[in-house]
Amino acid sequence: MAAVLQVRDLTKSFGGIGAVNGVSFAVHEGEILGLIGPNGSGKSTLFNCILGQLRPSSGEVRVDGRPITGMRPCDLNRLGISRTFQLLQVFPQLSVRENLLLAGQEHQGSMWSRLLGARDAGLSAASGRMLELFRLAALAEEPAGALSYGQQKLLDVAMAFMAGPRLVLLDEPAGGVNLTMLAGLRERLREINQAGKATFVVIEHNMEFVMSLCTRILVLAEGRIIAEGTPEEIRSNPTVIDAYLGH
Amino acid sequence: MKKALALAVLALVVAAPFGLKPYGIYLLSLWAVMTIAAIGLNLTLGYAGQISLAQASFVGIGAYTAALLTTQGWPLGAAFALAALLCFVIGWLLGYPALRVAHHYLAFVTLAFATLVYLILRNEEWLTRGVYGISGIPRPTLLGWSTKAPLDFYFFCLGVLALASAAAWWLLRSPWGRAFTALRENPVRASSLGIDTRRYTLMAFAIGSALGGIAGVLYAPLVQFIEPTAFTLGLSFNLLLMVIVGGAGRFGGPFLGAAVSVLLPEWLRFSEGLYLMIYAVFVMLLLALCPSGLLGLAERLRDSWPRFFKSAT
Repeated sequence: MAAVLQVRDLTKSFGGIGAVNGVSFAVHEGEILGLIGPNGSGKSTLFNCILGQLRPSSGEVRVDGRPITGMRPCDLNRLGISRTFQLLQVFPQLSVRENLLLAGQEHQGSMWSRLLGARDAGLSAASGRMLELFRLAALAEEPAGALSYGQQKLLDVAMAFMAGPRLVLLDEPAGGVNLTMLAGLRERLREINQAGKATFVVIEHNMEFVMSLCTRILVLAEGRIIAEGTPEEIRSNPTVIDAYLGH
Repeated sequence: MKKALALAVLALVVAAPFGLKPYGIYLLSLWAVMTIAAIGLNLTLGYAGQISLAQASFVGIGAYTAALLTTQGWPLGAAFALAALLCFVIGWLLGYPALRVAHHYLAFVTLAFATLVYLILRNEEWLTRGVYGISGIPRPTLLGWSTKAPLDFYFFCLGVLALASAAAWWLLRSPWGRAFTALRENPVRASSLGIDTRRYTLMAFAIGSALGGIAGVLYAPLVQFIEPTAFTLGLSFNLLLMVIVGGAGRFGGPFLGAAVSVLLPEWLRFSEGLYLMIYAVFVMLLLALCPSGLLGLAERLRDSWPRFFKSAT
């Protein structure tokens, strides 16, 4: 299996305090990798370093074998790497459809064709499919801010998939989503993973969600990987239980 | 409803100058010119969220370009082209600091630029004739239509305003408008969606400045005499006020804001020495009660009216 994402010896420290301390791992094509760990273990910092929101202190990140360390987030996104943030980040005053159009528009044509061309940037079919898939079609023309929290969360995730990315990093997609919607979200993620061979890395605190969705799990504590394995292996790993329950 | 409103406004601005004295027509023309500059600033500030205290400098660059070219016998069309290009390029360069700093820091960078432009206009006499200013700026003749008379020149300004509005409307309805909004609301998320925030920030500055330059090209033949003090910080603040009082980030904002800023002080003249004070209190009250400007206030009223009617019946 080819490694879609490869992280080597990644370190990030803030004023001498290490948030991520020499993390190395690979994500393979079509995988759904879970990333778990106690609060403050460096999961989100790791995402931010991979995706260019933060510059790593040292180490290297490769996508499809190509080094991407230090590249700008917008360039990475246009290479097919997409993400969601821990806190919901939709554009509340744009309609649901416009949020999706926004998420896809920079992936086609030139700057000038986007100025002179169609308002929907030729994405009406793609946005329609995404609205259907995430069951948001009835709300398409509503401002995103008028949706319930759970629906906004679905939109947030849908936006990450709008441009057909091959690698998606999801930071706590299940946070604040009710149980029914959570089951729906898990189904959507599975469907996309199976249909499009998109590869996911998922940070999540909801263990039930992680264990049922992911094919492999990494456990992070104090900026280091302390365990790796299938959901079953992780569940019974004493180091992991120790890290979560305290020393 | 929106279409009807737009048509009503159009009918009003076309009918307004008839029966007015030349000074009234001058004020209407000034409104049209200032609206163009405010549309530019609304792009930069209202939509893309980048503060600029230098819009008056671009009006000045445009006005001096027009004055210097047309007094040498060049057509005003050449001044439009040159001023738009010049202001676009300078605006683009002024956008670079905006990539590093934001808010009041950015305000200070643009403030320094405004001072620089003023000093050039005042001190570089070989080019700008310094404090003596430039007089005798001719009004253009278009395909045999002389715009010398106030009424004709007003319609010429209105025509340019119509073109500028149409261009801004197109821009804001295009994916660019969406990208500008995203840039203003949440640049980190925008960039994670592939939006090149750097390029859009520079574009917002460049296009907004070019519109300031175009307004300046109209301003010179309107007043027919320009000197450096017309383009100082006072005008920049005034333009900022127009955008904010009208409703920043709303298409109609600059039209309404410029009307308030240009016409309201005139209507308040009956109060003689008090008029500027009344105007100041009005602005303070408006911004304290409704920071989203007059159009924001109108939206709020529109949204609360149905509820009011329901509770009444």
